[in-house]
Amino acid sequence: MRKFTAIVYARTMEFLRDKGTFYWNLLFPIVLVVGFSFAFSGNNDSIFKIGKIGEIPRAENSFLEFSSIEIINYEAGKEEVIEKIRRHQIDMLIDFNEQAYYLNNEASASELLRILGREELVNFTEREVAGDPIRYVDWLVPGVIGMNMLFSCMFGVGFVIVRYRKNGVLKRMKATPITPFVFISGQMVSRFIIVLITSIVVFTGTNLFLHFIVNGSYLLLVLITVLAILCMISFGLIFAARLKSEELASGLMNLITFPMIIFSGVFFSLEGTPKLMQTASRFFPLTHFIEASRAVMIDGAGLVQIMPNLLVLGGMTVVFLLTASFFFRWE
Amino acid sequence: MLIIFVDQWKFCHYFLSMKAIMRIENLKKNYGNIEAVKDISFSIPEGTCFGLLGPNGAGKTTTIEIMEGILSPSGGKVYFREKEIDNHFKQKVGIQFQSTALPEFITVRETLELFRSFYPRPRSLKEIVEICSLSDIIDRDNRKLSGGQRQRMLLGLAIIPHPEMVFLDEPTTGLDPQARRNFWNLIERIKAENTTVLLTTHYMEEAEILCDQIAIIDHGQLLEIDTPQNLLTSHFNGALVRVPHSGRDDLKLDNSILQGDFFEITTKNLDITMKELLALKLNLEGLTIKKPNLDDLFLKLTGESLRT
Ligand SMILES: Nc1ncnc2c1ncn2[C@@H]1O[C@H](COP(=O)(O)OP(=O)(O)OP(=O)(O)O)[C@@H](O)[C@H]1O
Ligand SMILES: [Mg+2]
Repeated sequence: MRKFTAIVYARTMEFLRDKGTFYWNLLFPIVLVVGFSFAFSGNNDSIFKIGKIGEIPRAENSFLEFSSIEIINYEAGKEEVIEKIRRHQIDMLIDFNEQAYYLNNEASASELLRILGREELVNFTEREVAGDPIRYVDWLVPGVIGMNMLFSCMFGVGFVIVRYRKNGVLKRMKATPITPFVFISGQMVSRFIIVLITSIVVFTGTNLFLHFIVNGSYLLLVLITVLAILCMISFGLIFAARLKSEELASGLMNLITFPMIIFSGVFFSLEGTPKLMQTASRFFPLTHFIEASRAVMIDGAGLVQIMPNLLVLGGMTVVFLLTASFFFRWE
Repeated sequence: MLIIFVDQWKFCHYFLSMKAIMRIENLKKNYGNIEAVKDISFSIPEGTCFGLLGPNGAGKTTTIEIMEGILSPSGGKVYFREKEIDNHFKQKVGIQFQSTALPEFITVRETLELFRSFYPRPRSLKEIVEICSLSDIIDRDNRKLSGGQRQRMLLGLAIIPHPEMVFLDEPTTGLDPQARRNFWNLIERIKAENTTVLLTTHYMEEAEILCDQIAIIDHGQLLEIDTPQNLLTSHFNGALVRVPHSGRDDLKLDNSILQGDFFEITTKNLDITMKELLALKLNLEGLTIKKPNLDDLFLKLTGESLRT
């Protein structure tokens, strides 16, 4: 136990005293969240997302064919789609079967869409949905924090162990009675504490100014974060098992993390993206973190609703850890 | 009865003192096609200082790291107290690599505390600081040390477990003469605790002063192994004559090697050698005669200078 805490202490000091990394880990996500909240505060994204149920009748110059309008096809689950409008995630739903369309009267896009559809939807009934707009930042903040967690976990454990292997720290450890298990767990625990605290600080820090919508329980958010950090650290360990070259390690990690960030829905919703992409995103820990925390924050989901995400994160952690420990070598 | 006990005890003591703490048998190590170590065997008696000498690339580091259990041999066996090395081995020995890195952004004190935590019965911090004279640098970042200070800290790490044996791979390379001498004192102190020392070095003087036994290796092979004194007397009973070849480097002289612009001739009988040289009409200006030391022996055995 004494050796374990000593390793955790040494690694944590290394992080805290390495001012560059320290500030980067803290400031990068804050800057990103604040930056995006300004950039999108005008809510002027030109793409409108319109959901449809049923067949669109043929029409010349239909506004539904404008390039700035994206059509998403829904088969069933009308309730859920209406919920999406309530949260300003999609701008409109047209139900061709029932000859009705839905708009959120608090969304700025609604007025424009109403005018655009005036001719084509002349016989349709308009049904208004009310709901506070979910600002882009409310939706974005779990994504940015998750992304920062991913970087910090992968590079703070995986990459650092590759560096230790290359510069000979691991060899020096091998010359002592310490086992790889104790050494690596120490690294993991140190990084776990760091990432958990950074995430909480970033969230509360930005929350002071941006007042995020949190409909669910904070405790649940912490639970998701804990599981996601463990999962991401274990994922990074797979890279740390054998690699000797820092360049190769950082190359591979970037190669993996960038698609993860893009396809996990950090910056935009996966709604309407190709099926393949959505399936692939199921394999990324980040997706499950983001999905679960958005569910808790925005929909006020409880433990039961996010259980699938939590189980996947837990399962992935076990698989990653087993893989990493199977392949691990000091040298 | 009592006498028998005493005798037995004496006998045991004698036996133990001669017993090898470490022994290697037919050690081999290949890196692809490179045979870094080819069939080396020797044993190290407990409580002695054993020097491993050889030019760059001779296979010293490879040999010592196999003995430390860091590298696995391609062939041969390593015994510690007549058993193959096991899990407890690392608690009993102290290791200092030729080059190493440590966790960064921590002070010398924190580094020592970190490594102390790895051992079940570590030496006290105070004692390590005292032995290795670390008090001046104890709160310094471990990367901001001079070469000599760093070596002292690394030795401090090696002696944490009260080791039965320490492995020091070129601990004094790159140190100035003063720092090297200080380091020798440290090693003498460790030896005084009856710790066995295995040391590699490029400095013959160092080996002569510190080591009870020397093994000279080159190209992965053991050339000689003996006490420094025996090595010298068995190879040079006489004097060493250095004479400039004055362009006649094709001359064949008995017991001589060509060393730069000089012939080096080992001789038992100076009279005869001088007469021979005169007969050859060599220009004797610049001729020197000296008592050979280990450097000369090294040159003779490996044909190259150690301090390359
Ligand atoms: N990891 C390695 N891969 C391939 N060849 C190696 C490796 N390590 C050592 N060698 C080769 O093995 C031989 C012995 O190297 P070793 O490091 O044991 O020499 P040394 O006696 O310690 O030399 P030095 O005095 O320069 O430290 C050299 O020819 C070296 O090039
Ligand atoms: Mg070496």
